[in-house]
Amino acid sequence: MSDAVVKKFMFVNRKAPYGTIYALESLEVVLITAAFDQDVSLVFMDDGVYQLKKGQQTKGIETKNFSPAYRALEGYDIEKLYVDKESLAVRGLTEDDLLVDVAVLSRAEMGALMDEQDVVLSF
Amino acid sequence: MANIEVGGKSYETDEEGYLVDLSDWNTDVANFIAQTESINMTEQHWEVINFLREYFEEYQIAPAVRVLTKAIGKKLGADKGNSEYLYGLFPYGPGKQACKIAGLPKPTGCV
Amino acid sequence: MLHIINKSPLTGTTLDSCLNTAAGGDILLIEDAVYAATSGNVFEEKLRAAMGRFRISVLRPDLEARGLADKIVDGVSQVDYAGFVDLAANNKTCQSWL
Repeated sequence: MSDAVVKKFMFVNRKAPYGTIYALESLEVVLITAAFDQDVSLVFMDDGVYQLKKGQQTKGIETKNFSPAYRALEGYDIEKLYVDKESLAVRGLTEDDLLVDVAVLSRAEMGALMDEQDVVLSF
Repeated sequence: MANIEVGGKSYETDEEGYLVDLSDWNTDVANFIAQTESINMTEQHWEVINFLREYFEEYQIAPAVRVLTKAIGKKLGADKGNSEYLYGLFPYGPGKQACKIAGLPKPTGCV
Repeated sequence: MLHIINKSPLTGTTLDSCLNTAAGGDILLIEDAVYAATSGNVFEEKLRAAMGRFRISVLRPDLEARGLADKIVDGVSQVDYAGFVDLAANNKTCQSWL
């Protein structure tokens, strides 16, 4: 695949997990996309930051806890995880509440990053 | 839906032979599924199966073949972390066959 | 009367609508609405202000699923599914702010 064109793909995650199917669907598409050796970025903003909250225990709602899979992303060579600073702040969360290492960006930085992409997928 | 009979007990599988309830898995079931895949389980096979189960335990997903290959290389050595070795053990694909024997769901993105 | 909310207060306006409309009674936060009852959330102040008029509960399994069992705002009760049923049974009417 060395002569294949590498595009910049961004997945924008803005929904909380479990209440809707968006978070899980996004994760599945991300894992599939990883097979195509593209330049993949994941953005977590607004309620999407809740997807990365530590300590999720879904036994009581009889739903699969898919949060451990975010820690597997590194093994899929998906290492560009960005979290919106303001979204964390208004939810009373800090980087320590998150289950993976991320880069925390301002809204302006996030907007600029979005502008650089070839493909943006919204969830 | 289908069922397999192992040691007088019935286990539910999907139409492709993957266990429906992952907690049903045990080594007898694994050996049975391996037989249906015409695989004679050796120590080398078990090494991969156990690795897959540990991976699933930690991340709650079945790894893509590429990810599995790399991770096996890291854990068990470069001589095992390559597709020749893994396809030698599981001719129809380490993702498909090994995950089935390990009682995991089919890897995401594996068609 | 029982009011049930299932959307995050930062994504939708249903909890606001409820607080601006309802006279009082029970509010049960379920699904993504449990985020409203977590400390440090910007909605915390509004929720605290509403506590005078409403008895506020959250569904604990939904809180646990989202990793927030240790972040609940003081004064909010936690109920399980049986408690959910009790709330519904003990109120004459129920409005789900979908």
